[in-house]
Amino acid sequence: MRASPLQRLFAAALGWTVALVLFFPIFWMVLTSFKSEGDAIAPRLLFSPTFESYRDVFARADYVAFALNSVVISVGGTVLALLFAIPAAYSMAFHPTDRTRGTLLWMLSTKMLPPVGVLVPIYLLFRSAGLLDTRTGLVAIYALMNLPIVVWMLFTFYKEVPNEILEAGRMDGARTLTEVWFLLLPLTLPGVASTGLLSLILCWNEAFWSLNLTSAGAAPLTAFIASFSSPEGLFFAKLSAASTMAVAPILVFGWFSQRQLVQGLTFGAVK
Amino acid sequence: MVVMQKLSSVFEKQHPDIHLRWVVLEENVLRQRLTTDIATKAGQFDVLTIGNYEVPIWAKQGWLDAMDNLPASYAVDDLLKPVRDGLTYNGKLYGLPFYGESAMTYYRTDLFQKAGIKMPDAPTYEQIRGFADKITDKEHQIYGMCLRGKPGWGENMAYVTSLVNAEGGQWFDMQWKPALETPAWHKAITYYDGILKADGPPGASSNGFNENLALFASGHCGMWIDATVAGGMLFDKKQSTVADKVGFAPMPTGSFKGAPTWLWSWNLAIPATSKQKEAARTFVTWATSKDYIALVAKENGWVSVPPGTRVSTYENPDYQKAAPFAGFVRKAIEVANPNGQTAQPRPYTGAQFVAIPEFQGIGTQVGQTIAGTLTGQTTVDQALKAADSATQRTVSQAGYPK
Repeated sequence: MRASPLQRLFAAALGWTVALVLFFPIFWMVLTSFKSEGDAIAPRLLFSPTFESYRDVFARADYVAFALNSVVISVGGTVLALLFAIPAAYSMAFHPTDRTRGTLLWMLSTKMLPPVGVLVPIYLLFRSAGLLDTRTGLVAIYALMNLPIVVWMLFTFYKEVPNEILEAGRMDGARTLTEVWFLLLPLTLPGVASTGLLSLILCWNEAFWSLNLTSAGAAPLTAFIASFSSPEGLFFAKLSAASTMAVAPILVFGWFSQRQLVQGLTFGAVK
Repeated sequence: MVVMQKLSSVFEKQHPDIHLRWVVLEENVLRQRLTTDIATKAGQFDVLTIGNYEVPIWAKQGWLDAMDNLPASYAVDDLLKPVRDGLTYNGKLYGLPFYGESAMTYYRTDLFQKAGIKMPDAPTYEQIRGFADKITDKEHQIYGMCLRGKPGWGENMAYVTSLVNAEGGQWFDMQWKPALETPAWHKAITYYDGILKADGPPGASSNGFNENLALFASGHCGMWIDATVAGGMLFDKKQSTVADKVGFAPMPTGSFKGAPTWLWSWNLAIPATSKQKEAARTFVTWATSKDYIALVAKENGWVSVPPGTRVSTYENPDYQKAAPFAGFVRKAIEVANPNGQTAQPRPYTGAQFVAIPEFQGIGTQVGQTIAGTLTGQTTVDQALKAADSATQRTVSQAGYPK
């Protein structure tokens, strides 16, 4: 069925409106980061741009160290989560038992607990294990935090793969590891990639654990932003500059991997 | 704190064996972070920034190191007495202040002139209401009165507590029975609700100190009653569009003339779990010293020096010249009673808060209920009834009532 020109125009207008509404806060943040503090309070569109805030932010905090922590922790957490989730999802998708469904639901239910509820136990565990303010500690927490979602996503992607293909592999003498590595992963690569990307973004943006479990050594960019939301007056311009710098890497990364992300997320949606 | 971080490179040059690593956090996050760390004795920090609410409570728990045997050059007696008293537990100091404040009334001299009114030397709440009605001009986004409305024990409840005290009310009676369903609270909250609805900015229930500061600095408030520290920012031409039109007066009074009093300080303290106590102490005494204040003055000008800590700052002619409100602030802090003052005797201390650990929870919960009246969710009667019973529940569970 072809839509009439009017319908198409309406759809386009609607799409643009939604996109602009979603994008506006980011646009405003970037704009504010180039204002002086005085201009930042008043909602003006016309102003003389300045790099003052960026200079201040660079002078006050070591951006590179925070950014490096963010990269290490996000990539580490995602890789670790995938390492556990790929075998877990494989076994649940292709060798289900009576309890598979229950296990899946239980895993998801752990996401329903507000993280602050387990803050003190985790803090005590981390203290005893010497993991406070370490990248290792955050990698572990992020992997655990994203594991349910990663398993669920991989499970749904794997379900799309006909069992016969894997069976054929097994007939030819493939062992489990070979089967996963040479058959399953290539077949579901877009899915695995988009799961990884999503996990990466979730890790990058996570602010509760990163603020509570780090102090100076392993603090990622979320802690960097938080340090500019100061109690001594509002410094919108500096805060915006810090936020812009914090979201820039993941934003650029998101643009480049947009195709994989959309492809993966709609994978199998249309039969 | 931001200034201190910047200037600490001077300290590191003077003490090459001490290296500082900073964690800067917003107030609410800071509290959560520090409380978790100190209550679990994890010892992640060697120096803490805490308020005068926490200092005596944490000292009692044995979580802090006493600041005794300070060198004579530190001149501990130069610290403003009410501020010092607020940090003392069992005769010992447990924190050193880098910032102190009381509260006052700010107003726009140009709007007052235009309306043909004059701010008296000691305004009352009744007069203030009349002024607010006169200068409110919603069409031009001028709101006669800005007050804290954002729920939180250190946000709206700090102001509301001072207002209630001014009307002769208090949080608890001598038996620890909550005293929220009383004529004094009723009068105070009705006033607060009334003035903000008639003359306040839209969405007042989401405005805290910072939001009101931005509103006043951008010319939208006729009056604002809040911390004395705002003076330094409102008079600063770089931060405020109304720098040459700000007037100030004491906090208004109500039926009880002994109140309100308001006293807050931010302090550096050393946790008992610190493994670098000597170095921590060297830094804390440096960052709260006279020399440090002189250093800030040299780098950033006298108007930006840390207010509310030392007598010598207020006696400095350069500071008096740079900060026209200096003498006023000093007087406000010096008459402030660190233990607070209410019309009736009471079992607790604290000026604009109740100095018990449970108050963070109680204050925030009651703060949410009070904010509900501003948004029209509840009436004043309903709010006070709910607040009273919630408070009752918390103190009973904690075993206070006798």
